[in-house]
Amino acid sequence: MGAAMADPDYQSLTFPYARSPDQDAAVPARHPVVVVGAGPVGLAAAVDLARQGVRVLLLDEDERLSAGSRAICFAKRTLEIFDRLGCGDRMVAKGVGWKTGKVFFRDAPVYAFDLLPESGHERPAFINLQQYYVEGYLLDRARELPDLEIRWRNRVSGIAPDADGVTLTVTTPEGDYRLRADWVVAADGARSGVRALMGLESRGRVFRDRFLIADVRMSAPFPAERRFWFDPPFHPGQSVLLHRQPDDVWRIDFQLGWDADPEEERKPERVIPRIRALLGEGVDFTLLWVSVYTFACLRMERFRHGRVLFAGDAAHGVSPFGARGANSGIQDAENLAWKLALVLKGKAPERLLDSYDAERVPAADENILNSTRSTDFITPKSEVSRTFRDAVLRLARDCAFARRLVNSGRLSVPATLRDSPLNTPDEEPFAGAMVPGAPVADAPVGVGGRPSWFLRHIGDAFVLLHFLGPDDPPPEALRVLAAESDVPLRPLVVAPAGSGPAAPPGIAAVEDTEGLLAARLDARPGTTYLLRPDQHVCARWRRLDPPRVRAALARATGHA
Amino acid sequence: MATLNTEPNIADADAFYEALIEMHRDLTPEQSAAANAALILLLANQVGDLEVLRQAMAKARATVAAD
Ligand SMILES: Cc1cc2nc3c(=O)[nH]c(=O)nc-3n(C[C@H](O)[C@H](O)[C@H](O)COP(=O)(O)OP(=O)(O)OC[C@H]3O[C@@H](n4cnc5c(N)ncnc54)[C@H](O)[C@@H]3O)c2cc1C
Repeated sequence: MGAAMADPDYQSLTFPYARSPDQDAAVPARHPVVVVGAGPVGLAAAVDLARQGVRVLLLDEDERLSAGSRAICFAKRTLEIFDRLGCGDRMVAKGVGWKTGKVFFRDAPVYAFDLLPESGHERPAFINLQQYYVEGYLLDRARELPDLEIRWRNRVSGIAPDADGVTLTVTTPEGDYRLRADWVVAADGARSGVRALMGLESRGRVFRDRFLIADVRMSAPFPAERRFWFDPPFHPGQSVLLHRQPDDVWRIDFQLGWDADPEEERKPERVIPRIRALLGEGVDFTLLWVSVYTFACLRMERFRHGRVLFAGDAAHGVSPFGARGANSGIQDAENLAWKLALVLKGKAPERLLDSYDAERVPAADENILNSTRSTDFITPKSEVSRTFRDAVLRLARDCAFARRLVNSGRLSVPATLRDSPLNTPDEEPFAGAMVPGAPVADAPVGVGGRPSWFLRHIGDAFVLLHFLGPDDPPPEALRVLAAESDVPLRPLVVAPAGSGPAAPPGIAAVEDTEGLLAARLDARPGTTYLLRPDQHVCARWRRLDPPRVRAALARATGHA
Repeated sequence: MATLNTEPNIADADAFYEALIEMHRDLTPEQSAAANAALILLLANQVGDLEVLRQAMAKARATVAAD
């Protein structure tokens, strides 16, 4: 994967339909997992499953990647997931990093903020990258995996789940055929056909507002910062957002209000003057894409329906403020993949999949809450709400407290799965944020004397992370626990900076070169964490106690 | 848990009240509404305790709405 390799134009690629032998089978061919929908979520789920040795069939009704302009902000946790899937470096190399945001009210700047990414993490808080690149890089990764088959122009048009499988009807340019799946991952987007075919709904709140998004290409010397205007002179009474993307492409988001006529507003003769007013005279630009959208905050009551598991926009919808749509859907995919892989390999009972519901439904609610709060600030729904909003913006010029109230979209952060049934509650006191359920923090580490990052050394299997004191040998129990475990369990020891005794064979070791790993995990010599295949904490102790590790592992795999 | 103090707490109550009305001198109703909103935000930050603020909001709402 050299940087020299030029990207194709992912937007214009088409993927030909090809007849599959399954279409001529006398009885429907059986597949362990069928993923419906090759959007970012379906692609991520399919790649994750195939990497874990599960044979996956991915169906998409279309023959192209994301059309036009959709998601652009991809958050740190998503990039870490892409790292685990094996395509994070390309995303980050192509993406635009930004950390400064500026807020304007009427004709004046109110304040600038810095996302202040704490140092000592491999990945930035956010990158901006067009959705078609994200899908394209995921697809390139998918094509490297022998266990993953993709069928384009294969639309799921019928679904009949029963006790031990699901029969799918698939419509192709050459007619219909049927498939049997042990499990179905429905990642077929906001208008999920699978959801409708099963008579299910996604319910919630629809916002009475319309937004116009325009992508323009310009080589103006604008800095790579996010600008948000409340009630600007060039677009009175509404809000405007400007964001930079790769390839000199800029995203402009105009709030239009509910009464706007979407057909009218989309016309270049309406759009171009708006953009000119924002950019100022004399800035050359080309209009690449325009669309008008509305949004809703919705979710299905449950995401698991027997052998059919809903993920991404099919399961929940949020307003775009805060960039939580694709980011949260990719976390759904990662949450589901390891559980499904363990169940399919017979290493965990089916009820482990209930924890997908128990973990991702509250996560969806957290995302909906955050994006609803942003939406209410950006588009006040009443006179008094607007009065307070404007008062906050006026105070924000010179009062720091008011800046904290300005909500033009909050940073998308992963949910801490605090109430998960897979967690083992702490029995000893720990400080800090790494509670059971939290995605574990990254930190710089050394491996064999070379600098590396902690998150690059965990994931895919359970990891038993054990902190050593200076010159402590790794306890033999680590190796015993790993060897006896039915589910994949890897020991990993952390040596304090500078000591780094060579770990005995069979046990990987990292050196906590800056002491940040121990600081972030509130670890002392002896502290032991059990980390899940998706890099979330599920248990931790002050010393390594094999019976407690066994119990926590059983619990985290649905056995207890 | 902190509770909302509804006992007298301002030494010179009359002076406070006078200043409050004075704050609105020559303002249009719209400007007054904006100034009141700013004042509430400043005072809320001064109080800081969300539980106390919730009690105050409930108390304020109860003076005009029975729900
Ligand atoms: C203007 C805008 C801005 C946004 N900005 C952001 C952002 O900055 N950050 C962010 O995280 N999110 C953002 N989002 C949200 C993001 O685009 C979505 O959340 C994301 O695309 C959801 O991915 P998905 O895979 O669940 O669904 P989709 O991307 O909708 O993919 C669904 C796929 O399923 C296929 N399909 C549908 N029905 C069938 C069927 N019956 N059979 C087979 N295949 C089928 C479709 O062809 C499609 O490929 C934004 C959205 C919009 C509209």
